[in-house]
Amino acid sequence: MILEALRLAKQAIMRNALRAFLTVLGIVIGVGAVIAMVTIGNGATAKVKADLERLGSNLLFISPGQFGPGRASSEAKPFNIRDVEALRSQLTGVRAVAPIAQKQTTIIAGSENRSTLVRGVDNEYFTAQSWELESGRLFTEPELRSGRALCIVGATVRKQLFGGADPVGHGMRVNKIACDVIGQLVARGQSGFGSDQDDVVIVPLRMLQRRIAGNSDIPSIYVAATPDADTAAIQRDIEYLLRERRTGVGGKQDDFTVRDMKQIAETQTATTTVLTGLLAAVAGVSLLVGGIGIMNIMLVSVTERTREIGIRLAIGALANQVMAQFLVEAVTLSLFGGILGTAIGLGLAWVTTGALGVPFDIDLGIIAIAFLFSGMVGVIFGFFPAQRAARLDPIEALRRE
Amino acid sequence: MQETTPLIEFDAVEKVYGEGEAAVHALDGVDLKIQAGEFVAIMGPSGSGKSTAMNMIGCLDTPTAGHYRFAGIDVGALSRDQRALLRRNYLGFVFQGFNLLSRTSALENVELPLIYRGMPTKQRRLLAMRALQRVGLAQRENHTPSQLSGGQQQRVAIARAIVSDPAVVVADEPTGNLDTKTSREIMDLLVSLNRDQGITVIMVTHEADMAAYAGRIIRFVDGRIDPTVSQEAAQ
Repeated sequence: MILEALRLAKQAIMRNALRAFLTVLGIVIGVGAVIAMVTIGNGATAKVKADLERLGSNLLFISPGQFGPGRASSEAKPFNIRDVEALRSQLTGVRAVAPIAQKQTTIIAGSENRSTLVRGVDNEYFTAQSWELESGRLFTEPELRSGRALCIVGATVRKQLFGGADPVGHGMRVNKIACDVIGQLVARGQSGFGSDQDDVVIVPLRMLQRRIAGNSDIPSIYVAATPDADTAAIQRDIEYLLRERRTGVGGKQDDFTVRDMKQIAETQTATTTVLTGLLAAVAGVSLLVGGIGIMNIMLVSVTERTREIGIRLAIGALANQVMAQFLVEAVTLSLFGGILGTAIGLGLAWVTTGALGVPFDIDLGIIAIAFLFSGMVGVIFGFFPAQRAARLDPIEALRRE
Repeated sequence: MQETTPLIEFDAVEKVYGEGEAAVHALDGVDLKIQAGEFVAIMGPSGSGKSTAMNMIGCLDTPTAGHYRFAGIDVGALSRDQRALLRRNYLGFVFQGFNLLSRTSALENVELPLIYRGMPTKQRRLLAMRALQRVGLAQRENHTPSQLSGGQQQRVAIARAIVSDPAVVVADEPTGNLDTKTSREIMDLLVSLNRDQGITVIMVTHEADMAAYAGRIIRFVDGRIDPTVSQEAAQ
């Protein structure tokens, strides 16, 4: 009987294939949106987690000023190399303290030029970021001290300026200063924040300070804790130390901020979750509208086929059997919409995750839920039209043209 | 006929539509007995109650007052689904407008009553083919109604009515939409079903020469049976 009802449903739907397609569009969009959003959201979350693990999960980021309403961070004075030295000598449980100064500037190699972030660091930067070289070498102590014009380039810079060839040993100009390329970094792809981490040129800190920025400021510092260290304790130590050096104990508000990268990542993951939830709610509304569409078209179908229903009732169909026929038809429609929506949603997610450079992970759970929901939409919104069909008076129904 | 339980028995059957002033007595105290194996024609002008009587015989309708018994069963006391089961197992219908499912093959149309009996596909096919053979349409099983002539469509409808081997075939103006020659072929088919297979045939018609095929003519006037015309017709 179920097989028979399925066959009938297929027949009835195929007779009006275009109408059936338009009817299920709401379900397709709803399910497609849920599947796409959840898949992309999961990918983004996985990416953030992976980034975090690669950064070394125990990374602290120090910047001058306070973030928050009414406080401009630019008013606070930057750090200097003595702050970095103090941190290095007094903190325990720390792998690396990496001062960073950076500036967006024009770089030129041959006939190619590009505006890129130039970052001045010392070798602890590579330790703090766990960032290795694809080829070439790091800076030497004398080079760092003298601030020689040397570059280590990111993968994007290599691709854009050197056509993908190994740039080590070649020269380039950074802010009109002739530089020798001594190394290239391993490609990292997009950060969890959406920027290209590989579009970067690394130079000695002192070179950037003297020849590009024209000062000896250090605008930010990375502190990488050892894997088993307590980052909260280290954060307190840093705060105490810097407070003493900058504002004096018991003085004014701190004019610097220490943030745990883990917290930043967690905030970002939470944002993704909220966004996914919101879009799922919108998709839910779409499913509801889709369900109403199905109900509408099933009512039309029942009216159109009143005579057919009359014939079936007259030759001995039970009310339940007529009901089942229309219910199966509605569920078939909505499940068809669910399948189509899943396919489109996965396709969309595949393209988007590819473009964002985040992993494409199919969540079978959400697909099962999408199917369950679209099936339920069919049952709920097919029920009333099916009941109407089952309750028709065969005499009246047969009289209808 | 001996005093056995009649297959169809109306006992002071009334059918009233509407209420109060607007009430219409479609059937106004009808007594009627039809024995198994009869071929009865029901005649009468429009609004005489013959269609109402027909619906009642077909267990599609129930009396407002009085009793309608089918093979001794009081149909008025049955639920909707019980009447559907009665129709499924004991009755076959032939309509004026054929009432076949469009865009559905002749074979599938004939199979329809068996589907609701839950019969397996193979057996269903076999019985449906046999019924189509019986009405002389064995070669057209894959044609849809729109590919068949009116006479052929009515033959498919008759095949559908007899495929479940019913006790009664109820035919409502079966020749109403057909030309004279085709009408005669359909009547011959009904007569042979009655004679060779012992199926009771009850037919509503307003054409006297079609009614003449029947063994008995019952005429309705104003919701009652006209006693002067109800008679054994010359076979």
